[in-house]
Amino acid sequence: MGLLDAGIKNHNVLVTSVDNVLNWARLSSLWPMGFGLACCAIEMMATNASNYDLERFGIFPRSSPRQSDLMIVAGTVTMKMAERVIRLYEQMPEPRYVLSMGSCSNCGGPYWEHGYHVLKGVDRIIPVDVYVPGCPPRPESLIGGLMKVQELIRMEQIGISRADALKKLAEKSVDPQFVIESERNAASA
Amino acid sequence: MEEGQVISQSVQQSAAAYAIIKDKFGEAVSAFDANETMPFFEVLDLSAWPEIALFMRDNPKLQFNYMACLSGVDYQSEEKVGIVCNLESLGKLNHRIAVKVKCARTGGSIPSVAGVWHTANWHEREAYDMYGMLFSAHPDMRRILCPDDWEGYPLLKDYKVQESYHGIKVPY
Ligand code: SF4
Repeated sequence: MGLLDAGIKNHNVLVTSVDNVLNWARLSSLWPMGFGLACCAIEMMATNASNYDLERFGIFPRSSPRQSDLMIVAGTVTMKMAERVIRLYEQMPEPRYVLSMGSCSNCGGPYWEHGYHVLKGVDRIIPVDVYVPGCPPRPESLIGGLMKVQELIRMEQIGISRADALKKLAEKSVDPQFVIESERNAASA
Repeated sequence: MEEGQVISQSVQQSAAAYAIIKDKFGEAVSAFDANETMPFFEVLDLSAWPEIALFMRDNPKLQFNYMACLSGVDYQSEEKVGIVCNLESLGKLNHRIAVKVKCARTGGSIPSVAGVWHTANWHEREAYDMYGMLFSAHPDMRRILCPDDWEGYPLLKDYKVQESYHGIKVPY
């Protein structure tokens, strides 16, 4: 039986390959929306700048939500800003991803109890895919979070929902160490 | 002030400035408090406050040309809220003094001095935003930080945050 027949009858080889190519293209040019809300934004800007150079991953900030795939919620979301965040999120084309950066946007951070004006976690208003802890997270952890977004995209396939992909990611994350090890073993074999 | 304590030169200058104000306004102002950190007096007659402010700015012996800060205070036990204005004569006579003004805790209002020092404009809006006292004759009496439809005044000591804002849960 030819490869093509086998693929179409059994494992859908053709479609999975197209999936892979599309996913590879999407995860290699993640364009986040360039907006920062508080001190975490400084760290995000540092990550974008030459020392950490996000552009080597194809990540560079766009100034319009309509051109971006990823929203990095970097900083304190106030109640006043919350509604604007929803609007910006709705303006982004699908498929879109949200990375919540820092304690403030994860859960309210230092303002969790007495900050009357702070939204206690951006996941109260928009769905969040990846959380990066820290106050502020170092650029390395932000890059780590972005790698997680890339893994998530890699997990996605036609016919698999985002929720399923997230579940798969939680079960078996693409640990770089594991990949390195297996590459090494393959090389020596 | 405690017996035998040396009054520093800057407090002496403030006391001299206060004496001029007391001379002019008499009962409208309280006694002088020679607080070493920030000497102050209180305005007892609310309606005289803009006039006192103007006098303090324009009198050649006072020249308080600079409002460094205007803060709000909640005097919960006295059932009052108030403001503290830190005034300085910057580059002129180099003395300083703080003025306190108080009004009723609910529905109280203080005459605005935004026309005397422009700094007071936004600071008074902030004091209103956080403590709820109104400033009469203020050119733009709106909230400045909280959303316009926010409930309550957050820095009052008995403030309780609202349950939800536009359908978003507020408390942790
Ligand atoms: S998490 Fe910390 S660093 Fe980040 S915005 Fe909040 S307070 Fe600032």
